[in-house]
Amino acid sequence: MNDKTEVNDIDRSLHEEKNVEKHRYQSAKGLTPEVIKEISREKDEPEWMLKFRLKALKIYKNKEVPTWGADISDLDMDNIITYVRPDADLQSDWDQVPEEIKDTFDALGIPEAEKESLAGVGAQYDSEVVYHNLKEEMVEQGVIYMDMENAVKQHEDLVKQHFMKLITPNDHKFSALHGAVWSGGSFVYVPAGVDVNIPLQSYFRQNAPGSGQFEHTLIILEEGANAHFIEGCSAPKYSVNNLHAGAVELFINKGAKLRYSTIENWSRNMYNLNTKRALVEEDGVIEWVSGSFGSKVSMLYPMSILKGARARAEFTGVTFAAEGQYLDTGAQVIHDAPDTTSTVNSRSIAKDGGHAYYRGLLKATKNAHGAKASVSCESLMLDNESKSDTLPIMKLQTDDIDVGHEAKVGRISEEAVFYLMSRGISEEEAKAMIVRGFVEPIASELPLEYAVELNNLINLELEGTIG
Amino acid sequence: MDKKLLKICNLESKVEEEKILNGINLEVNKGELHIIMGPNGAGKSTLANVLMGHPEHKITNGDIEFEGENINQLAVDKRAKKGIFLSFQYPQEIPGVTVENFLRTAKTAVSGEQQSIFDFKFLLEEKMNLLNIDQSYADRYLNKGFSGGEKKKNEILQMAVLEPKLAILDETDSGLDVDATKTVAEGIKKVASEDNAMIIITHHNKILDYLKPDYVHVLVDGRIAKSGNMELAEEIEREGFAKYKKEVLDESNSKSNC
Ligand SMILES: Nc1ncnc2c1ncn2[C@@H]1O[C@H](COP(=O)(O)OP(=O)(O)O)[C@@H](O)[C@H]1O
Ligand SMILES: [Mg+2]
Repeated sequence: MNDKTEVNDIDRSLHEEKNVEKHRYQSAKGLTPEVIKEISREKDEPEWMLKFRLKALKIYKNKEVPTWGADISDLDMDNIITYVRPDADLQSDWDQVPEEIKDTFDALGIPEAEKESLAGVGAQYDSEVVYHNLKEEMVEQGVIYMDMENAVKQHEDLVKQHFMKLITPNDHKFSALHGAVWSGGSFVYVPAGVDVNIPLQSYFRQNAPGSGQFEHTLIILEEGANAHFIEGCSAPKYSVNNLHAGAVELFINKGAKLRYSTIENWSRNMYNLNTKRALVEEDGVIEWVSGSFGSKVSMLYPMSILKGARARAEFTGVTFAAEGQYLDTGAQVIHDAPDTTSTVNSRSIAKDGGHAYYRGLLKATKNAHGAKASVSCESLMLDNESKSDTLPIMKLQTDDIDVGHEAKVGRISEEAVFYLMSRGISEEEAKAMIVRGFVEPIASELPLEYAVELNNLINLELEGTIG
Repeated sequence: MDKKLLKICNLESKVEEEKILNGINLEVNKGELHIIMGPNGAGKSTLANVLMGHPEHKITNGDIEFEGENINQLAVDKRAKKGIFLSFQYPQEIPGVTVENFLRTAKTAVSGEQQSIFDFKFLLEEKMNLLNIDQSYADRYLNKGFSGGEKKKNEILQMAVLEPKLAILDETDSGLDVDATKTVAEGIKKVASEDNAMIIITHHNKILDYLKPDYVHVLVDGRIAKSGNMELAEEIEREGFAKYKKEVLDESNSKSNC
């Protein structure tokens, strides 16, 4: 180990080509009712949505910035341009997407991904979806997959019934902000008994300096439906601090099953303050797969509310905090019905002074008799500058619950690195091997393509090479 | 062909400011089998670790030459690529990494040739049979949950796969039952050839029922107090190490020999 190899950061250049800004419309800095009205007028929304936005704005103005978790004092809320409409209309034909936008998407591999096994692609450029497509057979079965703006108009009743009912503007400052300025995102509706057997994939990204991203994802699975939604994120890097405050609401009805997968790889100036919640009815299943790699600061705690008997939640997450990153993540599960089950499996890695904080919640109400929950969270620090914490909170209001719990924080073992190196393996490959082994219990749960992507991201983080 | 493999000259080392190796001299040529014996805490594992390049052990004086090249400053993985192998007294557990994947990566690194999955499987199967290791171990996580004896066998398996020029086996025979000792010893014999050499660190004589060393060294207080042959091992078995603790350095170990 005498001639030490630098363990470099991921080369982000591929993901960070910014286009020359070219916007049709850009709202004034700072948030006023006038700005909100402009946004709503521009979107040609129904009246109830405008009222909702204005109500949310009022709540936003009155709520304090949370003081626990991440330090977000650097974030200048008034300076965030909340609405940036790209100079492109909604397209479902790839050929008509403007060239410069296409170039960025090409760099992200979106059309390639579609060619493979994706049912539809909703790629969001800035705040609006510019490219949208859903395979015909899905449409025939009554599956709806479209951008939120159009869903508000075309499926008004469905949206009105569910929109921000699970995450309300009253929850916290950023959910209020989201309610006021949300823009873009995906709407998915799967009718009873329909199995969407190919994953639906969506890319959200933002491209304008100082602009926030507030996309709303609403997924409704009727009784016995089955779907897999993949959310992918990558944003170009700018010097101005960027905010992401999206909302994901998932309604999983009786016997339905949803897998919601995310690998977030925001550029390292992003404040990722995203809210995700799933409501699961009787015998329903939510499976979260969550990879948090990017951003400067993340506060992300996907919540599963097990409302119906025998409902089940599974959370599988990997968080990787490198230099300058503070990633505060964790799963929240609320058991509110008999015989509900949950499994939380989280691994976090910190290197080069990165800080990974696991903050989980397991709550069981007195309705939760016969429930079963298991939580395993482990973290690994790759050097002495990095930090890791785990705070798994338990609030159990019933005794009739079976809880298994394991939390471990450790540093990468010099002896283990020496052992692997003594077999000819380089220092960085030895570390990558140990890290891959550390996340193996999680990777082995993932579908193959996803496991490969996870591995690639880990390799990039540890070896500083791309393609 | 040059028979010279390893030459250690007046080697001194410290760990956390504590001096451990105290002027080691040793020469090992191809085709030779050396035994190092010594009481607990004498510095045997330290010598093995220093030869492999353990980052906590600092060389404060002396030289290690491997095939005529000074390797004092060489990184651990580069030493392995040159053909040095250490069978650890306490092998590390690496969760999530299978024996097969690990060894294929290691073989690729050491040989400089990409190992095809198919060919490597075949090679590993052959070596596992040689050492009476159940094939299911290929898919187990490296040393995870292995018994002491299984770990030691796994070290020998790694040696058999990687085919080093110089293998240092640290207490490979401790923790093994009679049958396992025999299997391991036979494994060692099969790997040993005119083109490689072995240094076996032990404080039992059991393994010497199967292996015939060319040299036996007694390491006490960080230096080699006496070198000899099989008879020395027998003497130590009868009389222990007590008399070497104060004995003056053997002539063959004086600095002038370097
Ligand atoms: N990493 C280390 N840190 C501190 N002391 C060590 C370390 N390794 C070895 N030592 C010390 O060096 C001495 C020799 O140990 P070792 O080489 O393991 O002896 P042996 O293998 O001959 O039993 C012992 O006193 C031991 O405590
Ligand atoms: Mg020892």
